[in-house]
Amino acid sequence: MKNVVALLSGLIFAMGLGLSGMTRPDVVKGFLDITGEWNWSLMGVMFGAILVHSIAYQLIMKRKSPILEKEFYLPTKTSVDSRLIIGSIIFGIGWGWGGICPGPAIVNLASGSARAVIFVLFMLLGMKVFQWFDNKVLSK
Amino acid sequence: MLPILGGAIIGLAASILLLFDGRVTGISGITSGVIKSETPDKSWRIFFLSGLIIGGVLLRFFRPEAVTIISGAFNYDYALAGFLVGFGTVLGSGCTSGHGVCGLSRFSVRSMVAVLIFIGTAMLTLFVFKTFRGVL
Repeated sequence: MKNVVALLSGLIFAMGLGLSGMTRPDVVKGFLDITGEWNWSLMGVMFGAILVHSIAYQLIMKRKSPILEKEFYLPTKTSVDSRLIIGSIIFGIGWGWGGICPGPAIVNLASGSARAVIFVLFMLLGMKVFQWFDNKVLSK
Repeated sequence: MLPILGGAIIGLAASILLLFDGRVTGISGITSGVIKSETPDKSWRIFFLSGLIIGGVLLRFFRPEAVTIISGAFNYDYALAGFLVGFGTVLGSGCTSGHGVCGLSRFSVRSMVAVLIFIGTAMLTLFVFKTFRGVL
């Protein structure tokens, strides 16, 4: 059942990304291109998402546990550290460069286009390289 | 209005996953968890990512422009951009969904800092590209 909900959530999430234009690098770049003709779409997407999820979050957190699990798995870190800052800078460079972030990249796999597949394969490679780097170098 | 509606649907999807499975909808975290050997519960992650792809297939039918815009031949830009997105989101513990949607909805200071930095850096990157390469 947990897996069925996860599948449905992913499917609905993809619909939201597709409807809002987030799966299109030209729309994303239109927002990021502050010296061009500014496309406000992404602000609208964030507004709609945060409006719905922040209200739902308050209501959901009144429960002792999720419906299908024993506990909530929420991020526990609170400190702003160098990892957060450097990681966000590196992500920002990649996002500005390609106009694609992880969710839209995976949804775009359905297009079957070489660029979408290449982007996701190299995204996975980047994740794997960091995991390796973190285990071998940073944690030693 | 479509971006706001699309955003509201994204917020709904994140709320469903939190209410039923108690999980945060951070796509980079969900994806990197699948390829990390020590992750204990991979199945819901694989199902969530499958849902994203099935959603993409559905979009091809009633909103084809949403999933065909990055079509084209192999291109080094997409390879390098993809690598940086993967590396950066794991190091920074989140992307547009995890920090942007879920983190900001919880009023997390970490996420606010992350969002300001990655949007700022992305704007600057695009500006540099536009200036030196003349393309977006």
